[in-house]
Amino acid sequence: RAEDFVMSLALVINDPDFQHEDLNFLSRSQRYEQAIRKSSLMVMKLREHGIADPDEIYWFKSFIHRGRPEPLDLHLGMFLPTLLTQATPEQQDRFFMPAWNLEIIGTYAQTEMGHGTHLRGLETTATYDPATQEFILNSPTVTSIKWWPGGLGKTSNHAIVLAQLYTQGQCKGLHAFIVPIRQLGTHEPLPGITVGDIGPKFGYDEMDNGYLKMDNFRIPRENMLMKYAQVEPDGTYVKPLSDKLTYGTMVFIRSLIVGDSARSLSRACTIAIRYSAVRHQSELKPGEPEPQILDYQTQQYKLFPLLATAYAFHFVGAYIKNTYHRISGDINEGDLSELPELHALTAGLKAFTSWTANAGIEECRMACGGHGYSRCSGIPDIYVTFTPSCTYEGENTVMMLQTARFLVKSYTQVTSGQQVTGMVSYLNDLSRQRIQPQHVAARAVTVRLNDPVSLVEAYKARAARLVEAAAKNLQAELNHRRSKEDAHCHYVVVKLFTAKLSEVSNAAVRAVLTELCLLYALYGISKNTGDFLQAGILTDAQITQVNQHVKELLATIRPNAVALVDSFDFHDVHLGSVLGRYDGNVYENMFEWAKKSPLNKTEVHESFHKHLKPMQAKL
Amino acid sequence: MALLEPSKHSQGSVLGGVNPDLASERQTASFSVEKLTACLDGGEENTRQRRAVVEAIERDPAFSRENQYFQSQNERYEAAVRKAVHLQKKMHEMGWTETGPEFKYIYRAVSGDIAFLLHRIFIRSISMLGSDKQIDKWIPLATQHKLIGSYAQTELGHGTYLQGLETTAVFDSTTQEFILNTPKISAMKWWPGDMGRSATHTVVFAQLYTNGQCYGVHPFIVQIRSLRDHSLCPGITAGDIGPKMNFEHVDNGYLMLQNVRVPRENMLNRFCEVQPDGTYVRQGSQKINYFTMTTVRISLISDEVIMPLMKACTIAIRYSVVRRQSKLKPGEQEAKILDYQTQQEKLLPQLAAAYAFHFINNYLQELFNRGYREIQKNNFETLPELHAFSSGFKAMVTQYSTSAVQICLQACGGHGYSSLSGLPFLYTKIIASCIYEGENTILLLQTARFLIKCLRAASTGQPVPPSVTYLAAVKPGKCPAKNKLEFLSPKIYTEAYQHMAARLVSSAAAKLQDLIQSGVKKHDAWNQCTVQLAQAAKAHCHYITVKNFAETVEKLKTEAGIRRIMKHLCDLFALHGIFSNAGVFLHDGYISGAQMDMITASYLDLLAVIRKDAVPLVDAFDFTDKSLNSALGSYDGQVYQRLYEWAQKSPTNKQMSPAYEMYLKPLLHNTQSKL
Repeated sequence: RAEDFVMSLALVINDPDFQHEDLNFLSRSQRYEQAIRKSSLMVMKLREHGIADPDEIYWFKSFIHRGRPEPLDLHLGMFLPTLLTQATPEQQDRFFMPAWNLEIIGTYAQTEMGHGTHLRGLETTATYDPATQEFILNSPTVTSIKWWPGGLGKTSNHAIVLAQLYTQGQCKGLHAFIVPIRQLGTHEPLPGITVGDIGPKFGYDEMDNGYLKMDNFRIPRENMLMKYAQVEPDGTYVKPLSDKLTYGTMVFIRSLIVGDSARSLSRACTIAIRYSAVRHQSELKPGEPEPQILDYQTQQYKLFPLLATAYAFHFVGAYIKNTYHRISGDINEGDLSELPELHALTAGLKAFTSWTANAGIEECRMACGGHGYSRCSGIPDIYVTFTPSCTYEGENTVMMLQTARFLVKSYTQVTSGQQVTGMVSYLNDLSRQRIQPQHVAARAVTVRLNDPVSLVEAYKARAARLVEAAAKNLQAELNHRRSKEDAHCHYVVVKLFTAKLSEVSNAAVRAVLTELCLLYALYGISKNTGDFLQAGILTDAQITQVNQHVKELLATIRPNAVALVDSFDFHDVHLGSVLGRYDGNVYENMFEWAKKSPLNKTEVHESFHKHLKPMQAKL
Repeated sequence: MALLEPSKHSQGSVLGGVNPDLASERQTASFSVEKLTACLDGGEENTRQRRAVVEAIERDPAFSRENQYFQSQNERYEAAVRKAVHLQKKMHEMGWTETGPEFKYIYRAVSGDIAFLLHRIFIRSISMLGSDKQIDKWIPLATQHKLIGSYAQTELGHGTYLQGLETTAVFDSTTQEFILNTPKISAMKWWPGDMGRSATHTVVFAQLYTNGQCYGVHPFIVQIRSLRDHSLCPGITAGDIGPKMNFEHVDNGYLMLQNVRVPRENMLNRFCEVQPDGTYVRQGSQKINYFTMTTVRISLISDEVIMPLMKACTIAIRYSVVRRQSKLKPGEQEAKILDYQTQQEKLLPQLAAAYAFHFINNYLQELFNRGYREIQKNNFETLPELHAFSSGFKAMVTQYSTSAVQICLQACGGHGYSSLSGLPFLYTKIIASCIYEGENTILLLQTARFLIKCLRAASTGQPVPPSVTYLAAVKPGKCPAKNKLEFLSPKIYTEAYQHMAARLVSSAAAKLQDLIQSGVKKHDAWNQCTVQLAQAAKAHCHYITVKNFAETVEKLKTEAGIRRIMKHLCDLFALHGIFSNAGVFLHDGYISGAQMDMITASYLDLLAVIRKDAVPLVDAFDFTDKSLNSALGSYDGQVYQRLYEWAQKSPTNKQMSPAYEMYLKPLLHNTQSKL
């Protein structure tokens, strides 16, 4: 099975159907068209190979679209799963198979122009009319126009629309409705529906993010997703049993983003580190040949901490995914006890890793100097594809505030004598031995800077101190400093990275990962010295040692740097970068690439005849 | 009001009046916006002149940027060429000249989307580096656009490190010509603007060889395209380097030279000359060359860095009072997102930075004008300081502003990612500034080298420039502030910055000294300290910026309301810097943990104070809607209507995509044979 799968990936890479011109040279419409073409083919190949496992589909897709979004993302990732989890058996009969066969292409229309993360503020209405047994859908204001859903602009003929349900004169809150939006056959918008593309964006060129405006658009009662909440023919509303269940999908998507942070950062690191080994510049020793720029301490300081971060996030992503699968088993059996922690953990880590990776990708690009700015480096594309994840599936600042709230709540539980479990269990220790800044002078010397386990303790102490300070001083701190939730997530990452080390059996691999883990932890301290000093966890002298140690680690990691990015094992096709090529033949290939630029199609550009020549003639 | 004020909401006037959420912000301004604008412009007369230029340009449909976000690379390039040609006509028509007072406002008015900027650098380099004879020959041709110039320095393999350039120019005394060559692929010229498609001539920097010896990098005028039909000259391979993150209107180009011969007179020879027999002669000082580079660096900061930062702040802050989301108090209307402390913490420090950089830029301009007068008197004494200043501040301001624009983009939630917000355009443009005109890390290290030299000189009692005397004068000690209010004293925080900068410079110097004394070779020791050195240089620039902001506020001659709000912004800029770099201030105990809590408290108090004037503070930047070109940031705040209207103009909505007929339809109808 696994071998079949690998074979099919190889087929994709070599399949002429999936080849096309470099996307950097295409217009937005052309990129959309290419993406649609490949998605259509992909669906057929998936059927052909009988691939149905979500993980396998994910890998298959990421090979075909090389990590880019595509117009069927929402159909496959949201429309079908939502039908599975929220539709009644009767609705599944009506919609699922046609959707599975792509007679119906759907999207998930939640976000509106005026409201995103704050769901309760959504304004679209669905008013039940018992006379005809229909819902009447309306976009009552400009701000209520659905805005952003992927695949909505041009591709989909159906949408799951989230709207405020009104029945018997009362608002019952947000509910999901299956709404046909385009005529089957002609693909023209249905009467009462205004639908289109929201225009160019920062990246996501191949995605037709769309808008949807509904004017007294009627759908049958049976089109409301009624596995949980229901509206009876006379308009009587039947409440759902639990509203926590809808958390599940969100938690799942957020956990995917953590893994995506690791992958995107790894790709950027691969490009920047390989290029830094190829690029020679300036001189270190007078009279000697120009050194590889990777030999400069400043370059190592830019890139190696990011390399360590990519590894760290990789392990965190794997952990979250496993935890999700474990807990979702419990959830299916009705045990929701671990959900709040998982929810807080994924929210926090989603924000922490996506913010860090987002900044890191840009640093990688800058580390490539001017050439990083050219689209041939591939990093601009990685960046624009990744950066929206700071905003979608929960805006990061809001995610961090939710984590903060969870931390303070856990602390309050501890002070009232309850035990807390999971990643916040360090708060239990707080009640027993209070961390007092004035008493820690003796404790400070016990941190061993060469030992990841000891550094985990330092991070734990920092997180504990900041949570405590926030909880005690709620009035003054209110919600201003990101530090406690940041510190908590940072601790979790250091802890998971450290825990991973003991699982590695190969001694040489363990040694190099230990160096990366130490670099990750020490670099984090050196960037947040204020917290460690102010809490009395480390002394001035130790901070000086930390800084020194970071620089020594840079030199230690240098000989393995290229091997460490090669281990990520990105195929050149997937990397999409001239600077990051496996063979390092950068300059020759930049020239080849540039020759294909649209501006070079003719030797003399038409604007010469249109503008330059007339001007010169007149002067 | 006597000043000419162009209509601010000129786009989509059908949308109705000013959004009440934005209007209410303007009613409560604690100062006169008009007076602050005049203050930023350096006087009412300048404001009037600037508005007149902007008005004239924006009224002319030829300069419209309405469809900019929908254009392809080819279309943007063509529009930029068209506008550049049209601008010549316009200038003539308006009576504007390159030396007139209006000229500096033109670039702002066209928002930079225009071709032939490198043509100007071509002219400038000939005026600076050419002999009188060369100037007489080339400058008239260039100013009349009989030729179009470019400036070819950067190569595929080399950028900031000029000595590493690999293009060669070998003198052949038999024909009195230089033979130019690109000996290997990494020597190909790469990146020069206007060169990919437009330029007919370019100044090529190449290693000069004569009589068998290499004399280093020199400039040569080389014709690359025919003046008749624009085809490439023999021996020339040139073209566009392909799509970038932005600057798609510029045809950044590549250039390969194969035995291209230019006459001896084409080497720019104000400072060095190759005589007919091949003898190399140096005349006069070349130091002035460095000064040119330095001035380009500084002149960029205002238009390419501070302007975009101010625009980003304008867009993000206006949008943040129109956008309402979630509730602060149960039962109330949803709150403006700018009322959330988290949103204030994102945006207001960037606003303070925009003002801080505006003032430091004024200071630098003045410094350079003074320096220029000295240099004209052949006094090169201030040159090292000016060079260090230009490098360090270029690095600090570009880096800080780039991340500030990114913060503004992300603070606008999903809509920030729409091109129609204008923010992706501003961001992708400003990030290039971290690289061009000198890569930032290298520039910081040049400043660091200067600082270390000054520290050594000062500690042995030799004279050093006034801006760095503090390095040797700072004594160990503790910050005397006792409560949070005392941290609002410029003396208290300026001294904290001074202490921190001096500590970082001297500890980097000490580390360097230690390594050398322990037997590490000088260059290795330098490399091992570069991370620390770059940090020290940045700290120095940060200190000077804070100090200058405080001194500027002190000296402001304007109404009390403006002085008050500027003082708040200065405090915010300073305290935000301490708050976000707490570690370096805490490190040697100059600031204690308890004091850091006071600083945090003061910093947060300031957010709430400045919040009230946030909109008037961005209104004072005085950008027209056309120059912002943003659906989120317009003066009238009709955000959602405009977003909807503009989206409908997207080409993706105009034509039926072929994707449906070709791919979607067969898929939907299950008619593809393979399925």
